[in-house]
Amino acid sequence: MAKKWKVRAQAKGGVTTLKALITHPMETGLRKNKKTGKKIPAHFIQKLTVEHSGKSVLDADWGPAVSANPYLSIKFKGAAKGDSVKISWSDNTGKSDSHTVKVR
Amino acid sequence: MKRRTLLKGSLSAGVASVAAAAGLLTPQMVMAAWPKSAFEAKGVDNAVKALLGSSSLAASGDITIKAPPIAENGAVVNVAISTKLKNVSSISILVEKNGQPLTSNFNLASVTEPFVKTRIKVAKTSSVIAVVKSGGKLFSAGREVKVTIGGCGG
Repeated sequence: MAKKWKVRAQAKGGVTTLKALITHPMETGLRKNKKTGKKIPAHFIQKLTVEHSGKSVLDADWGPAVSANPYLSIKFKGAAKGDSVKISWSDNTGKSDSHTVKVR
Repeated sequence: MKRRTLLKGSLSAGVASVAAAAGLLTPQMVMAAWPKSAFEAKGVDNAVKALLGSSSLAASGDITIKAPPIAENGAVVNVAISTKLKNVSSISILVEKNGQPLTSNFNLASVTEPFVKTRIKVAKTSSVIAVVKSGGKLFSAGREVKVTIGGCGG
């Protein structure tokens, strides 16, 4: 199983840069399985949130047109080194996952 | 390579069926909040209207879109949006010629800098449009990305 999350948050000059790489197929539902000719069902992240000490920093809606294994980078103020940042997603099949990192 | 695609295909089908069963148990709250109609809308105007309630966009020179002028693989196109506009509450990324133009919408908190960087799929040579909501008004900017291999279907 591939590693599901690669997340890094780094504080510099009062601004924290968050970089996240998520493992997810992001199937559009339009692609066909070449062998069977059947459509591969849609499977993509719909909601993604980033929280810093309980407060929302980002609340994103994603469609199937976000690339497979999505990458996201945002910047926000107010976090200090050692704070935890939580990033979580849920997809169209009802699955969800979250990951917490410490600001470096 | 073929074995890999087959594996991928059967794996995602398996995951979907398991998740469908699990879906009965999970609350639908999260799903309801996802703007389905905006993502399914055809055409940039319709998508923006469904998402943000208005399709009157003012062109703005204060929005910077960083994207490659030529993308070899449309399935992975790096896009970074930043703006000098103040009080930005959301940034949306649309691809004009995708079947469903809206790729993603980012609602930013007040502490969040008006900056997003992500990777999107671009079906064919098209304009990538950033819509920024600032102080209740909508601003947009576009940038052409040439695609040699499409990112949707295939």
